[in-house]
Amino acid sequence: MKSVEEIKAAIEAAVHGAMVTVIPNPAPIAQHSLLIDPEHAHSVAEFLREDEELALDFLSNVTGVDYLDKEIAEKIKVTRQVSKAVDGVEQMIEETVEETRKRVVPGYLEAVYHLFSISKKHGPVIIRMRTGNRTDQVELPSLTPVWRSAEFQEREIFDLFGIVFKGHPDLRRILMWDEFKDHPMRRDYVEPDDFEYEPTPHDEVLKRAQEHKAKVAAGEARQ
Amino acid sequence: MAVDQNLNIELGKQGVFVTTIQELYNWGRRSSIWPMQFGLACCAIEMIATTMARYDLARFGSEVFRPSPRQADLMIISGTVTKKMAPQVVRLYNQMAEPRYVIAMGACAISGGPFKQGYNVLKGIDRYIPVDVHIPGCPPRPEALIQAFMTLQKKIDEQHLTGEERPRHLNEEAPGEFPVPEFGEHDLEPPSNPGTWTVPKIIQ
Repeated sequence: MKSVEEIKAAIEAAVHGAMVTVIPNPAPIAQHSLLIDPEHAHSVAEFLREDEELALDFLSNVTGVDYLDKEIAEKIKVTRQVSKAVDGVEQMIEETVEETRKRVVPGYLEAVYHLFSISKKHGPVIIRMRTGNRTDQVELPSLTPVWRSAEFQEREIFDLFGIVFKGHPDLRRILMWDEFKDHPMRRDYVEPDDFEYEPTPHDEVLKRAQEHKAKVAAGEARQ
Repeated sequence: MAVDQNLNIELGKQGVFVTTIQELYNWGRRSSIWPMQFGLACCAIEMIATTMARYDLARFGSEVFRPSPRQADLMIISGTVTKKMAPQVVRLYNQMAEPRYVIAMGACAISGGPFKQGYNVLKGIDRYIPVDVHIPGCPPRPEALIQAFMTLQKKIDEQHLTGEERPRHLNEEAPGEFPVPEFGEHDLEPPSNPGTWTVPKIIQ
């Protein structure tokens, strides 16, 4: 089978304007993946399926990943004008000071597709798509029109991660009930406060049980 | 009131059989506990094994698994009760006719088991319906389920038909219908039925 770099070149030659980035996997298994821009995802997927050499006719797995907003602290050298007494005379002197600046890199949600070829007996080719952020730009194109097996798995990602797949034929919650509002697999999901009876608590559960006890004592929660 | 055992034996020798209505009634109830044909997860496989030839639940009068809650006396909660399934389980229990019993089978049914800290699993079915016998295990072996049957039979045998301790179906004030929880935005509403379940005290 072609290497990821070769697949990337093939996609870029076949689909006009497609942006493909290789994401290396440093682990010994070296399963490198391809990050695809959502705009051209549909044409890229069709190319991967229809191309005679790749013939990726089988989508085995779709999954979601959640990346939280990251705060990055950087040390930057800044030159400043400082007034100082030199030889008894007040003078303005330039001084270089190190300053720590913080900036927030927005997080994103990711959908990962594992593709195989039944006819060529090769795979997997892993493609990924990323949303703009975790709150309001959570739309990605659905690949169900290309691989039918994505249907339920995209519904599951919609249910548990909250990625909205545009073009999906039947996008409803699949595991949780329709009235449910949260996305339980997101890393900032807070489960309901039902830690009233924990006979053997430890670590996180112990913390939650103690918080619940304090709340009950303060009259904020029922027993 | 029980008949004196020695007197009973003496009378038996003369061809006279003496009993009480209570004994007869309890004997009838305990000898034909028909479970509902209803499985939730992997514990159901052990429940099926219990009914088969090797373990032969028929010896205890419980071999007739009824496919309708109207004909069943016993609900075996055999497996994980997810929050999405819990209202249906309570609804089925409500549809059963009295006298009715519940066996919570396995770690998941009694406490949530390995999924206790998950977002989707109920932390024990006793939060919504009264449970007669809890059996731990993951899953419990068929012997454990038979033990639960025998415990339930003993429990039925010891019940008095009158007085404070009388069974629920003979007590007009006891609740017959249990509220079915509703799907809320974050959890089931209510998260437990305070009439059936209160937080157990932990003795340190």
